Amino acid sequence: MSVGILTLVVLALALIGYVLARRRAVAAADGDARNLHSRTGYYGQLVFLFTSVPALLVMLVWLFLQPIIIENAVSSQIPDTAIPESGELSLVMSDVRRIAGGIDRLMQAEGINEDQLEIMTAEGGDMRARLGAVGVALGGEVHGDVFTAAKAYRQSQQTGTMAMSVVVIVLAAGFLAVSLSRIHKDLRARNISEAFVLTLLIGASLVAILTTIGIVLSLLFETYNFFQLYPWQDYFLSTTWNPQFTGGSDLGFIPLVWGTLYVSLVALIVSVPIGLMIAIYLAEYAGKKTRSIAKPAIEVLAGIPTIVYGLFALITIGPFIRDWIAQPTGLGDSSSSVLTAGLVMGIMLIPFVSSLSDDIINAVPQSLRDGSYGLGATQSETVKQVILPAALPGVVGAILLAASRAIGETMIVVMGAGAAAKMSLNPLEAMTTVTVKIVSQLTGDTEFASPETLVAFALGLTLFLFTLCLNVLALIIVRKYREQYE
Amino acid sequence: MTDATNSDVPGRPTHSLLKLDARTQRRRAAEARFQLYGKLAVAIGVLALLGLLASILANGASSFRQTHVTLDVFLDPAKLDKKGTGDIEKIKKVTTFGYKPLIQKAMVSAIETNGLDDQGMKAKTIAKMISPEAPATIRNYVIANPNQIGETISFKLLVTGRVDGYFKGRVTMASAELDRNISPEQLRLAEEMKDAGIMITGFNWGFLTMPDASDKRPEAAGLGVAILGSAYMMLVVLVLALPLGVAAAVYLEEFAPKNRLTDLIEVNISNLAAVPSIVFGILGLSVFINFAGLPQSAPIVGGLVLTLMTLPRIIIPARAALQAVPPSIREAALGVGASKMQTVFHHVLPLATPGILTGLIIGLGQALGESAPLLLIGMVAFVREYPGAPPEGLFDPAAALPVQVYSWTTRGDPAFFERASGAIIVLLVFLFLMNIIAIILRRRFERRW
Repeated sequence: MSVGILTLVVLALALIGYVLARRRAVAAADGDARNLHSRTGYYGQLVFLFTSVPALLVMLVWLFLQPIIIENAVSSQIPDTAIPESGELSLVMSDVRRIAGGIDRLMQAEGINEDQLEIMTAEGGDMRARLGAVGVALGGEVHGDVFTAAKAYRQSQQTGTMAMSVVVIVLAAGFLAVSLSRIHKDLRARNISEAFVLTLLIGASLVAILTTIGIVLSLLFETYNFFQLYPWQDYFLSTTWNPQFTGGSDLGFIPLVWGTLYVSLVALIVSVPIGLMIAIYLAEYAGKKTRSIAKPAIEVLAGIPTIVYGLFALITIGPFIRDWIAQPTGLGDSSSSVLTAGLVMGIMLIPFVSSLSDDIINAVPQSLRDGSYGLGATQSETVKQVILPAALPGVVGAILLAASRAIGETMIVVMGAGAAAKMSLNPLEAMTTVTVKIVSQLTGDTEFASPETLVAFALGLTLFLFTLCLNVLALIIVRKYREQYE
Repeated sequence: MTDATNSDVPGRPTHSLLKLDARTQRRRAAEARFQLYGKLAVAIGVLALLGLLASILANGASSFRQTHVTLDVFLDPAKLDKKGTGDIEKIKKVTTFGYKPLIQKAMVSAIETNGLDDQGMKAKTIAKMISPEAPATIRNYVIANPNQIGETISFKLLVTGRVDGYFKGRVTMASAELDRNISPEQLRLAEEMKDAGIMITGFNWGFLTMPDASDKRPEAAGLGVAILGSAYMMLVVLVLALPLGVAAAVYLEEFAPKNRLTDLIEVNISNLAAVPSIVFGILGLSVFINFAGLPQSAPIVGGLVLTLMTLPRIIIPARAALQAVPPSIREAALGVGASKMQTVFHHVLPLATPGILTGLIIGLGQALGESAPLLLIGMVAFVREYPGAPPEGLFDPAAALPVQVYSWTTRGDPAFFERASGAIIVLLVFLFLMNIIAIILRRRFERRW
């Protein structure tokens, strides 16, 4: 039974429970709903929740655990002889999974029944060609043990799904029967079902914590694996980045961090003055009309996906900088450079800085401005000497948040900054960043046993900690130094 | 400013009041300069937006037009069905390679009947003006209608990216001189065919419906699979993030006691909103693909990753919307005897719905444009098959709109850059529509108390 149908069955049971519970409640009150503790709908709701929620939760957990358990059971069946030289168990297992999927299609295409499958072996008949005919392309001949394992995999998958269907339906029906039988006139149905709903609400808000735990655990776990294979001293102290998929690579993160910080610095140099001036102008000078046009236009910039900025860097800004700045000055000749990526990222961050600063400047009370004007200060003097100092903690916080955005930004640097890990001061040279390398090490065929792949997780952890520190710092500054006005 | 006046009669200025003194002039100039900086900054911001849009439009608009050639192709039984059995399996054995001579003949006869000058080219060179996708188009037609073998059918076939690019101005006679894939003679012939009305440049529906195509045939590349994949992911995000986000916001805003756990949840949510999106990609790769064994490139994985990423961005505006409902509503409900839960679900939540929906749509828009995490979970794979109908189709490999843009920019042929910009236009149109809906919702239903 497929998951979709199973869900529908459970929901149907729960709906039946709703109707039955209402009837039962009315019957228990001798046909007069006024004798009940709660309104009849609450009795229905109670049974509905008890029927559907536990069963669906069990189904979710089962779906998550079943592949892991079956995988372990089947992979222990595969003898070492079935694993080709220089091969990996994980590769064999992926073959097993694909063959298991192919068997079903093969049975359909060739009209084989279960008994015939039982005696079928890889040696009997050209299994690779037959599987290929139903759309399962394999790299080599099917090994006898692998085929047996695939049959076992398919078998236990079927048993598992069958068992899941039975367990889930029995659970739903059981809860339905028990909760129905508990209904009587004085049952506090509303209170119980409200407590149930509250638990669900708490569960939903715990998803955020689970996500964080998931991120931290997956990063830590794989980073630990990485440092088992690669010395940490080299990762933190080496200044060369030169991954080689044949082994013996240099994976020092310093050049990547250098590139990241350089690009971010350029981006901040572009975005902070412009963003801040926009915020000041719109908050202090601009008339209603200018504001109503300029503010949405700048906010549109914030809503544009980063891939658009990446493409802008790649096809417009990059060639422009190469042809008009880099080549005439002789400082570089590639269209991807720190300046390209930094400039475009700066444009992306302008609305971020300006809208955050705008809020902060507007939060400075009018009385401060009035006091300053009363002393004869001009508008710009008021901004520079009264408003900005009052808004400073918030502005610093905004800049830190912008920096954390810049460090974590991916698409613009992937398309604009280049791929060569270099440490140079020349902004017209191509350099690379942490995020670029995460993407390049993890896309394509990834094999989770080599340091070249696992280093991406170490880089991810580095990035996560960097941005986390900046965010927390921003929060602390804003909280600690914020002026409280009446 | 007493020290500014320095004259023999105290308190009496030595110069006219209508003439500003040096210091005031300086201050006024500083004021004007400061205002100018502000205006410049706003101008730069607006210009950056215009430049960005203009560059994308200028590069991408042409991808919505495509040149086709209309040819009468004789489906030669001697080539397609040698024995004349009409057996579909036999016909399927003829590969696209076997269809090339048919097109070549059709091309030559079209030139003859229209009395065009073939510029002294061989038939093979002339046939090279047609896209390598064209034989596949004809083959699919023949397999679908095997009884048409032996007839002459009029087909609308794609021309190569270079010929198409010539009519869009991307390829010129000068660049064709240097190009191995196209010659000026071919372009001249193309020009004549256009004048004769055989070659027509029209709206490119295929760009929106066709799947991706390989490196050599940019003219056949479309966004069909990517649009479908993105739609599936948005479906997953909507189904998961809406209930979870609203439930979390309701709990935190209406029920949560002030304690450590609540604090922890709140800090977590605000932190997750600031975690770089690529980190969510790493999470998806190691948890959903490696640990839970879900397939790579599947919209379900993309949808799950985007859900986790969007959740905080939905919870935060949802909480703001709940906060905006005045306490008097709650007090009135509680006063007539409603329970806390009834107050929230019967009165507060309905009033906050427009605000919550606005936040949801904006969150969905961000998820739609996000590409970095999808790169890590294999959505860059080359997918030509349309995914099946949901729910099973959620597990089929698919592409996504923003990732399709990225993978096109990594290809060699410049025609793909045009396609990438075109794909961006499609993406921006979708985002624009979503934002318009959000604005209308806000205007129409927002209530101020």
